[in-house]
Amino acid sequence: MGNKETSWEPKIIAFLCNWCSYAGADLAGVGRMQYPANVRVIRVPCSGRISPFFILSSLQNGADGVLVSGCHPGDCHYLTGNYSARRKFALLKSQLEHIGIEKERVQFTWVSASEGGKFAEVINRVTETVKALGPAKRLVKKCL
Amino acid sequence: MTDVSNKIREEAGKLLEKGEVDVIIGFEKGSIPLSATPCFIRNEADIEKLIWNEYCGNNLSLYLSKARGKIGIIAKGCDTRAIVELIKEKQVQRERIVIIGVPCEGMLDRKRIMIRCQSRNITGIEDQGRQLLITGDSLNVAVEKDEFFYPACQVCANRNPVMCDVFIGNTIEEQKTDEFTDVTDFNEKPSEERWAYITDEIDRCIRCYACRNACPLCYCKECFVDATQPQWVGKTIEQSDTLSFHIMRSIHLAGRCIECGACERACPVMVDIRKLNRKMSADVKNMFGYKTGLDIDQPAPLSVFKPDDSEEFILDI
Ligand code: SF4
Ligand code: SF4
Ligand code: FES
Repeated sequence: MGNKETSWEPKIIAFLCNWCSYAGADLAGVGRMQYPANVRVIRVPCSGRISPFFILSSLQNGADGVLVSGCHPGDCHYLTGNYSARRKFALLKSQLEHIGIEKERVQFTWVSASEGGKFAEVINRVTETVKALGPAKRLVKKCL
Repeated sequence: MTDVSNKIREEAGKLLEKGEVDVIIGFEKGSIPLSATPCFIRNEADIEKLIWNEYCGNNLSLYLSKARGKIGIIAKGCDTRAIVELIKEKQVQRERIVIIGVPCEGMLDRKRIMIRCQSRNITGIEDQGRQLLITGDSLNVAVEKDEFFYPACQVCANRNPVMCDVFIGNTIEEQKTDEFTDVTDFNEKPSEERWAYITDEIDRCIRCYACRNACPLCYCKECFVDATQPQWVGKTIEQSDTLSFHIMRSIHLAGRCIECGACERACPVMVDIRKLNRKMSADVKNMFGYKTGLDIDQPAPLSVFKPDDSEEFILDI
């Protein structure tokens, strides 16, 4: 087990839209850019496909952070998926903060297929922030 | 109150007599003190059962999505707001209902009054206008009504029906409620304190779902919380599952909840459910400029978007 203090690494679930952010992640890989191995990627057809349930389930089941990334506004493959998603996410994030869950644990961003560098940077930033917060304690299930 | 009851009986009687409605949904005397019970009147002979008083808290629009035929419904301000949303969401057709609107100066919180009466057996209630004199087994208390209106009523800005076919009584003055100060006050507390408050409340929840069942806007045939394929929320009363249920419910009601407080009234353990719903109402108003239950033609805020909606929360690198 080792010393928890020093060996702990955050688990971050990243929901990436197939058409942009997932391709952005691919590009980061092809370009051999370095980013922390803390993210577990789940590919979704569009940011509009992501239900607040996905995010809550992640937090309940052991994620220390959740990242959602879709196409830039105006670039959604299905035209408006990310616009509708943006309203939902704004409310979810605000509600989580309201009840006292650290708002930095849930992050939203836009990464296009050509932004491999941005993808790596986002992962760096999110990992750092979540690391600074420490392991998630609130909303985590005690028995899985 | 008796005038209003009489007027309701008169109007309801006319509607039944002319065959304009098949059923009247209203209130009858409750079986315990300080209560009124929803009732369904189909015959003119039963019209005398209908009453109106300060215990008619239930949101009767709950029954609209379930009842058949033409319906006459007695509705307070908040109830009419729920009806607006239900029509918008196509759960009931406007032509199918006759709304008998009644202005409301607030409904009394039976549970809190009972606590004040130490849950003793009540034998007499004398209504003195602003006060209730309650007597019973070694009980003799004066209850100031002002202190016992439901939290939802205290901040209600629509005491008059927002839409109706028959209006009973006189229009009353709306409260100058400085909206959502409760939400801002709570938000200003440190996160630790907010978490402690919310979990304290949620830990009492026994997952009976009375809140959902009493909510007029919770009409889904299968609620997410009952779904098993996939099972979104665990079935335990562990804090994580219970809280997830309540967070999800508030999100599902965002831009739909009309703040009637029916959920809170139904809760057997007095969980402060509105803490979550009010937050969503405040956000929907501040972020999208929308207030629920006022305008049938205004689309629900989560069914539309603006290209320039706020991006403040988006991580920008
Ligand atoms: S959530 Fe509560 S306050 Fe909102 S509409 Fe439903 S019952 Fe009324
Ligand atoms: S009514 Fe109260 S106890 Fe029942 S599920 Fe709702 S919050 Fe929990
Ligand atoms: S397709 Fe990428 S956000 Fe809709």
